[in-house]
Amino acid sequence: MSGILDGLAPEYDCGRYFCELTKNRPDAGPVPGWLAERLAKIGLDALRGRAAAAETELIDLGVTFTVYSDATAIDRILPFDCIPRVLTHSEWDLLERACIQRVTALNLFLGDIYTKAKIVKDGVVPAELIYKNANYRPEMQDFPVPHGTYVHVCGIDIIRDEFGDFRVLEDNARTPSGVSYVIENRHLMLRSFPDLMAGIKLRPVDDYGRRLRAAMTEIAPHGDPDSQVVLLSPGIYNSAYFEHVFLAREMGVPLVVGPDLFVENDRVFMRTINGPRPVHTIYRRLNDDFLDPQVFRPESMLGVPGLIGAWKAGNVAIANAVGTGVADDKAVYAYMPRIIKYYLAEEPLIQNVQTNICREAEGLQYTLDNLDKLVTKPVGESGGYGITIGPRASKEELAVARASLLADPANWISQPLVGLSVAPTLGEDGIGPRHLDLRPFIITGKESWVLPGGLTRVAMKRGSLIVNSSQGGGSKDTWVLAESFEGAA
Amino acid sequence: MRFDSVLLARDAEGLFWMARYLERVENLARLIDVTQSFESPGRETEAWFGLIRINADEKNFLERGFSPDADHVKQFYLTDKGNRTSIPANLEDARTNARTLRPLMSTEMWRQINVFHRFVSQIKPADLEGDQLSRLCTKLREGVQAHTGITEGTLYRDQGWYFYHLGRVIERADQTTRLLDIKYMTLLPRDGEERRVAELTQWNAILRAVAGYHAFKRHARAEFSTDDVVEYLLRDPSQPRSVLLCVRRVEFYLDDLRRIYGLSRSHEAMEAAEYLREILTEKPISHILDTGLHHYLDTVQIHLQILAGAIGRAFFRDWRPPAPDWMSQTQSQGDAEGQSQSQSVGAATDMPGKLPGGRSEAMA
Repeated sequence: MSGILDGLAPEYDCGRYFCELTKNRPDAGPVPGWLAERLAKIGLDALRGRAAAAETELIDLGVTFTVYSDATAIDRILPFDCIPRVLTHSEWDLLERACIQRVTALNLFLGDIYTKAKIVKDGVVPAELIYKNANYRPEMQDFPVPHGTYVHVCGIDIIRDEFGDFRVLEDNARTPSGVSYVIENRHLMLRSFPDLMAGIKLRPVDDYGRRLRAAMTEIAPHGDPDSQVVLLSPGIYNSAYFEHVFLAREMGVPLVVGPDLFVENDRVFMRTINGPRPVHTIYRRLNDDFLDPQVFRPESMLGVPGLIGAWKAGNVAIANAVGTGVADDKAVYAYMPRIIKYYLAEEPLIQNVQTNICREAEGLQYTLDNLDKLVTKPVGESGGYGITIGPRASKEELAVARASLLADPANWISQPLVGLSVAPTLGEDGIGPRHLDLRPFIITGKESWVLPGGLTRVAMKRGSLIVNSSQGGGSKDTWVLAESFEGAA
Repeated sequence: MRFDSVLLARDAEGLFWMARYLERVENLARLIDVTQSFESPGRETEAWFGLIRINADEKNFLERGFSPDADHVKQFYLTDKGNRTSIPANLEDARTNARTLRPLMSTEMWRQINVFHRFVSQIKPADLEGDQLSRLCTKLREGVQAHTGITEGTLYRDQGWYFYHLGRVIERADQTTRLLDIKYMTLLPRDGEERRVAELTQWNAILRAVAGYHAFKRHARAEFSTDDVVEYLLRDPSQPRSVLLCVRRVEFYLDDLRRIYGLSRSHEAMEAAEYLREILTEKPISHILDTGLHHYLDTVQIHLQILAGAIGRAFFRDWRPPAPDWMSQTQSQGDAEGQSQSQSVGAATDMPGKLPGGRSEAMA
């Protein structure tokens, strides 16, 4: 029934969901068909063999993230699915513009709330959403950042509904991770499945490190091209450590941990074998409250005492800026369409998922009345933790969700269950549809640039909607077609 | 393009220790292999317990719940991950350092350590039995040798390369003194022809353990004596594992760091190396044997430690912030116990336990 997949997976049925391979998209041209033919030519057994070899390769190379459970740390690979997800030229054009629009609005919003807060005074966003937000940093008030950029690296989670329309699910404006897998997945495809890609023109993903480095130089004090950039990591025990290594290498800058740095006279130095050496830009991969024990958590061993002082003295740049968490909060997310209109006088190019704000009586009531139909999410959590999917929850789970909602309504939002799009994915029982999302990455120094594609996360379990890696999600290579086939014969 | 590369003090220390841990793995495999050939019927326990003694592991061994018999010694060094001086533990430490060093290492180096680490963590009791043991030792040796070869061919030769090699040759010198000591620990027939033959067999085994048997034969007198073997292992200028050759490499590396990279802090370390070289060359071997080889080897080991300490003070110590109490006990276990073999975990212990430092968004 799927047409192009008949040769390989005749049973394939995407149901009511939008399939990213089999749905007819005019400007995809012959690519989905080629892909299906080539997969069929390789055959299921050989695909499995190659996929297993590719995963072994990831383990050998240590392309892993660390999962902590109780006292043990386990290095796990992000499961990799060898059937790529294809985005057409026009789809990407929309996604790219929408991402830039969104990041522009986020930066304008942060610049406003940390200075005059006009958007609050104009009654567009409630004051308490900002000032009672745990991620609001009063230290940032009236502190100018170069080029007005607070969110230098942003990851926007985008899903696709039953109609094939893109929707923004979440903004990640603090320290979004996953970009290393975008590039590693492409390299893995080139090594393990060159025959799938042959002759298909794709937008390259190799420019990320250079772009990031350039942005870090643009924001350095005085914008000196010889500025010393470093990547600040919490260290080898962080679950995203592999990515930190990857980015430091791609940028060609030292990977430092807190104890490598110190501050003297409001200037930051790193400890080298030849003594102290000045540091001008810090791409940090640890959260705000670990950055400087003198300002935030006093017990933190991961940060650098005096770092915030040096920053405020204008001697070092920090990316992302402190206090961006107030903008990617799930409660603020609900206001993003209005925020975009307020600053840019434009409609959002990609809409939010409809969101009920439980801090508001109306939103709470609606959520409680429809708990079994909605997805409820705590506003302060990430990684898919604390989510209840109403239509799939047991009575007990719904009761727990109801109690949590009533105990602290302001901590919750709810959304309708969106039928996430699917793509053919290799599972134990053959090739079947699996739900997925997309996280494009946007780098902003003076201007914004979007890495073509982004991370496609896929729920490896049949029917599952949870794509997070900590909960069994995997990833796919994301192809952005470099040419449009629209109008071609 | 700018080539004045920066080397973090922490990374220099990491390179130094990674090389040391891997060199330990190779030498421990050599020691185990040679110990097996020292076994004589009815005397297995003495032979194997000698291994414990030359590594100053007596206390550790008993604390880990082992008793002095051959199988327990093998397990202690080959499968007991909880023993900090075992091969799996050394490789674990090497890999932990390698993780911190990944931005500086070639992908090929990292991959090999990663794969080798997996092999070592899967050593089973059956691998220690009968003829399996010698084969296992060969694989372990070759694992490190593959690392050495990949490093030679791919590691960028800036300051970091020097610190890697400083760690390697200092550890190698230390291990060669231990190998010589194994002979001292072994019981021999009292005298006569039987003793001469037994001794010859043992020296041959030691020479084979350093892969120096054939070279030695080419250069030594037909009727060689103990003096000749000791001379060869301590101060042959061309034997890659001789203590003197290693110390000379140290001097050469420190000199390059000073000359090429302007690292003038190496003064104290240079003096320590020079002093060590004097200890190695000033006295005739006969004098050393008369006054006690074991005691002499101890002195050499202590000065190797002083040398490593001087390098650490000059280049590494700077990165560590003052440690709060809860960290200090994991920083350097070796110093407190006063053993001649330092067991400092080096740069590997920068964060005890898990400190995720804030979950990264959503990917976590």
